[in-house]
Amino acid sequence: MTPPRFVRLAETARPPVRFRLDGCDAEALLGDTVLTAILTNAGSLRLSEFGDGPRAGFCLMAACQDCWIWTEEGGRLRACDTPVTEGMALRTTPPEETTWPTNAS
Amino acid sequence: MADERVVIIGAGPAGCRAAEALVAAGVRPTVIDEAPTAGGQIYRRPPPSFVRSAETLYGPDAGKAQALHAGFDALADRIDYRPGTSVWGLAGNRLFLRSCDDAEILPFDRLILATGATDRVMPVPGWTRPGVYTLGAAQIALKAQGVAIGAPVVFLGSGPLLLLVAHQYAKAGAEVAAVLDTSRLSDQIAALPLLAARPGLLARGIALRLKLRRRGIAVHQGVRPEEIVGDDTGVLGIRWRGADGTTRQLEAKAVALGWHLRSETQLAQLAGCRLSFDPIWRQWAPAIDPMGRSSRPDVYLAGDGTRILGADGAEVAGRLAAAALLADIGRPLEGDRARPLLRRRRRLDRFSRGLARAFPWPAEACRDLPDAAVLCRCEAVTAGQYRATMQQAGAAEMNRAKALSRLGMGRCQGRYCAAAAAEIMAGEGGDVSAAGWLRPQSPVKPLPASAGKIDA
Repeated sequence: MTPPRFVRLAETARPPVRFRLDGCDAEALLGDTVLTAILTNAGSLRLSEFGDGPRAGFCLMAACQDCWIWTEEGGRLRACDTPVTEGMALRTTPPEETTWPTNAS
Repeated sequence: MADERVVIIGAGPAGCRAAEALVAAGVRPTVIDEAPTAGGQIYRRPPPSFVRSAETLYGPDAGKAQALHAGFDALADRIDYRPGTSVWGLAGNRLFLRSCDDAEILPFDRLILATGATDRVMPVPGWTRPGVYTLGAAQIALKAQGVAIGAPVVFLGSGPLLLLVAHQYAKAGAEVAAVLDTSRLSDQIAALPLLAARPGLLARGIALRLKLRRRGIAVHQGVRPEEIVGDDTGVLGIRWRGADGTTRQLEAKAVALGWHLRSETQLAQLAGCRLSFDPIWRQWAPAIDPMGRSSRPDVYLAGDGTRILGADGAEVAGRLAAAALLADIGRPLEGDRARPLLRRRRRLDRFSRGLARAFPWPAEACRDLPDAAVLCRCEAVTAGQYRATMQQAGAAEMNRAKALSRLGMGRCQGRYCAAAAAEIMAGEGGDVSAAGWLRPQSPVKPLPASAGKIDA
């Protein structure tokens, strides 16, 4: 996993929220979006399906749709406007049983 | 006329003020908003577990933000408020809604569209790398999440938000490497007569520049971005050509990009509202009369979704659209309350023209985007591939070029590539309005298959 991208500057006294990211334990803070939760733990959210590398979101206002990721159960969610919750199991790659062919590598 | 079904889409400054004015006249509107709390982007509210003061979050506009929030919150039991709800389609007099996995079709008699805007972005080689965000995104990260998009950050673009967000970052303790502004000081000087329409804001802009300088943050003007460099881990730096023609490079882990805003027009287009080309902002937007009436008699527009006037302008436009709607249903406001609003709107309009002049959209740099650069970030369509659809396949307007190149067909539906693509299509000295506008398709936002059950 690449180093965390986002830097916390304020509001750090919030209670922790534990979640799982690509099978590993990770921690966020209550009120974080899924996008913030992941990018304070890792460097990117997903791979572009068109083979041009990793992505880490872009607009943070639900307009660009660049931050859709997967849950362990195979569901998809938009990371920038979904709050992280205790026990969420998130993936930056599609779960194997739902993988379809793309140019991502 | 009894009980028309009035729906407002968007609860930013325009939608909130429109709702307030309707409620005051005894109408009970439905207000649909994608966000969990009202306020829009500029007055966005952090989640409930956050503690920073309004002064910290909104700076000198704290009073305005609080007034807007309080005014809207006070309407709670007099409106049908639907937060966290997306409108993904519109056909005739029906709206198609989704909230989590619930879908609904909502009919309306009259509609106020207050859909706001997104950042207007010029693609720069390397702009798909992790660590590159819009300027609006950088601000949302700080305001609504208390985080910086990385460290150090370079701010690249032009417009009032550029210096503002850079300063907000520095003030919050973020590491700001530099501000790269594509506009020149001579642009700002030429715009002074128009900018004088709002002397307070003009002074605030000049003060921002001084504050950044005092913090030791360099503001380079007249730059031409060349590449956001990096590797598989993301952004590592940025290379640009300075006003003096020399190439310079700076290390950075994040870049915030933005050149003003572009109107969010998909729903107005699906409603069949006529668009008109604004030569000052170089974009197509729904045509309205001074009150906000569109070409369709039951659809009104307010705020940045039709004309980029900012939050103050959106509040005025929201009140005006509500006044127009009330007049049209036979409940006009007493006296001539629209008149001072119209006067204020004209002044804001003048200032906005000044901003467009002071911080011009770099049309020429868009046209010169290298062939290898990604133009459409959703589907990795390069500028060269897009040019080929025009030169080899003869596509002369954006929808034909979309069919052939897929630019505008991906996740964002052209929100972040269309402005630059239109400039490339127009070419040097060409008429950018002739490139036309992308026809929106429903759903205008992705719709999970799980949201299948519709109770009409």
